[in-house]
Amino acid sequence: MTITNDLAADAVAPAPADDSRGRKGGGALGRYLLVRFLLIFPTVFILVTVVFVLMRATGDPITAALGGRLPPEQLHERIHQAGYDRPILVQYLDYLGRIVRGDFGTTLSDHLPVTKVLTTYGAATLELALYALVVAFLVGIPLGRIAAARRDRLPDAGLRIAAILGYATPVFFAGLLLKLIFSVWLGWLPPNGRASTRDLITMKTHGARTGIYLIDAISTGKWSVVADVLQHAVMPALALGLLTAGVFLRLVRTNMISTLQTGYVEAARSRGVAERRLVRAHAWRPALVPIITVIGLQIAMLLGGAVLTETTFEWKGLGFQLVQYLNARDFVAVQGMVALLAVIVAVTNFIVDVIAALVDPRIRY
Amino acid sequence: MTADIAHAATPPSPEELEPVVTPDHGPRWHRLPIVHQLRSSVGLQRAMLVTGLVLTGLFVLGATFAPLVAPYSWAQLRDGHGLFGAQLPPSSTHLLGTTVGGYDVLSRVVWGSRTALLTIVTAVVLSLFIGVFLGLVSGYFGGWLDRVLVVVADAIYAFPSLLLAIVAAIVISGGQSSMWNGILAAAISITVVFVPQYFRVVRSEVVRVKSEAFVESARVIGSSSARIMTRHVLRNSVRTLPLIMTLNCSEAILTLAGLGFLGFGIEPSSAAEWGYDLNKALADVTAGIWWTAVFPGIAIVLTVLGITLVGESLNDLADPRLRIRRAAGGKRAKGRVPDEPTNQPEEAR
Repeated sequence: MTITNDLAADAVAPAPADDSRGRKGGGALGRYLLVRFLLIFPTVFILVTVVFVLMRATGDPITAALGGRLPPEQLHERIHQAGYDRPILVQYLDYLGRIVRGDFGTTLSDHLPVTKVLTTYGAATLELALYALVVAFLVGIPLGRIAAARRDRLPDAGLRIAAILGYATPVFFAGLLLKLIFSVWLGWLPPNGRASTRDLITMKTHGARTGIYLIDAISTGKWSVVADVLQHAVMPALALGLLTAGVFLRLVRTNMISTLQTGYVEAARSRGVAERRLVRAHAWRPALVPIITVIGLQIAMLLGGAVLTETTFEWKGLGFQLVQYLNARDFVAVQGMVALLAVIVAVTNFIVDVIAALVDPRIRY
Repeated sequence: MTADIAHAATPPSPEELEPVVTPDHGPRWHRLPIVHQLRSSVGLQRAMLVTGLVLTGLFVLGATFAPLVAPYSWAQLRDGHGLFGAQLPPSSTHLLGTTVGGYDVLSRVVWGSRTALLTIVTAVVLSLFIGVFLGLVSGYFGGWLDRVLVVVADAIYAFPSLLLAIVAAIVISGGQSSMWNGILAAAISITVVFVPQYFRVVRSEVVRVKSEAFVESARVIGSSSARIMTRHVLRNSVRTLPLIMTLNCSEAILTLAGLGFLGFGIEPSSAAEWGYDLNKALADVTAGIWWTAVFPGIAIVLTVLGITLVGESLNDLADPRLRIRRAAGGKRAKGRVPDEPTNQPEEAR
């Protein structure tokens, strides 16, 4: 999704400068970090509230999950037990209070605390997201440099069209095509899952516990297991990573083109520095800074894309699980997971902003 | 709700969308939005724009004339010779084969464009009206309302849009539903995601415009706030919206397809939806049945590609720094770009 935001950002003047930007002065970094940290709370609060209001607008989750399958008295009994017949405001305050204590609810279908769902399946999603980021970096950044260096010539045009094509292809369609070509027609790669059953058992018996299969596989010390895990990861990582690669490509290209036209690059050019060296040494680093901040936005997009990718490849992570709960109409689980993801997104965005502020003094204000 | 939509469906008047100042001379039709850009484009940009327009045109034509183009209806399982049969490979009777449910793939692809078009139009019109209204009020009056709205919009903006759309889809339809309910559900889910974008853009423009001298003058001669907002501020704050609208159209298709793929689409008997068909094709692919997945997928890709190309070209043509000029002296103008948008963080609030 974010590519459009990034396209929009190309088209549109940057969002309004905020009031706090005007004030400069001592302890700027410390104050920026503090303000940025405090901003997590209203963000999470708003998202949790929006999710609560939206989900409860449909009625109570127990009727949604079990309505029609239980006799009305029993249904009322269940609703009363879970407290869904109390005034909505009381429920809301109760819900907020629990979230503050780290309780995001318990799923209706399998009676797991939502935090347990996160710790069980989070590692798989994290692993997939990391692979995808690696692919995005390896593909998007070098190609973006090439496009910027050959601006408005054939490589640039080709790469831009490739980036738009990458954006226009939904992750799940890309996944289906990859599956069709590499596992059905060519038979090179396994179509589904994160590891074959045999290697899964090997990892279990070696006491693998991190949940990140690559680490677990390495800890068994068997190359065949590592190879199997990596083979399973190739297609999901490509499907999700290429989408992000297109965003990175555009971003590196735009930023390098503008840094290539700044005064200091012009000065270097007039001193006779070779064009290749200008691209490699002068324009390259400043162009990287915005990428760090965009990664923050990408994490949100990766989570969305992960839901689709995991469903396509039966990659048993958070997204796959979320869809299972959706199909089971277990809206307590959905609400809890979405709220928990809101916290994760807010915290990662904070971390990314901190890194960006440390790298680029101009952001500190 | 229906009243709302009926109201929202009236398209914005052309004067509202067109830049207020058009120094162009020549016949009046040269100044129409797309025609103007087409005439001023050249080379690669013109090729991109034309390709985009052709693809988008095909999509709109397919959606409009679906009953004439599609050989069968989207939910048709049999013709005069009996049942079609499931998962038949492409043949002369079924040009693109049949699905696992026994539907004709070509017909569902064509009818799917109608569902997509209706969803896009509803979603974009709804979010345009809500977003522009909120941005205008928030930017013009400022104060605590403005602060609250900005924080809310930023919080929603930062959140994975698909997840938000899922939550909204649950609320609106409780899962699957009929054609209009499904379209409305998808459209409103997408609206929830888009409103913050329009809000941010319009608000920042309004904040800039309202400090201009002509707004001040209008205030001095005693114009009412409502008049200043609609007459002076709004018309100068919506220049960039057509671009964002095109880009949002493509995003709307992807979100609709994503929702459909996750099973939140529209039931196959009520309307054809590409994402839903891809979901059903997931199992086929492992069995080597490619035609049920490839064709709806290509339909999505080409439609999004077409709309994105139009949006990209309009974007480039609207920005003099990105526009390729007609060669005047051989070399194209390469001005300095002091501050091209770099997607710097807009946080630090």
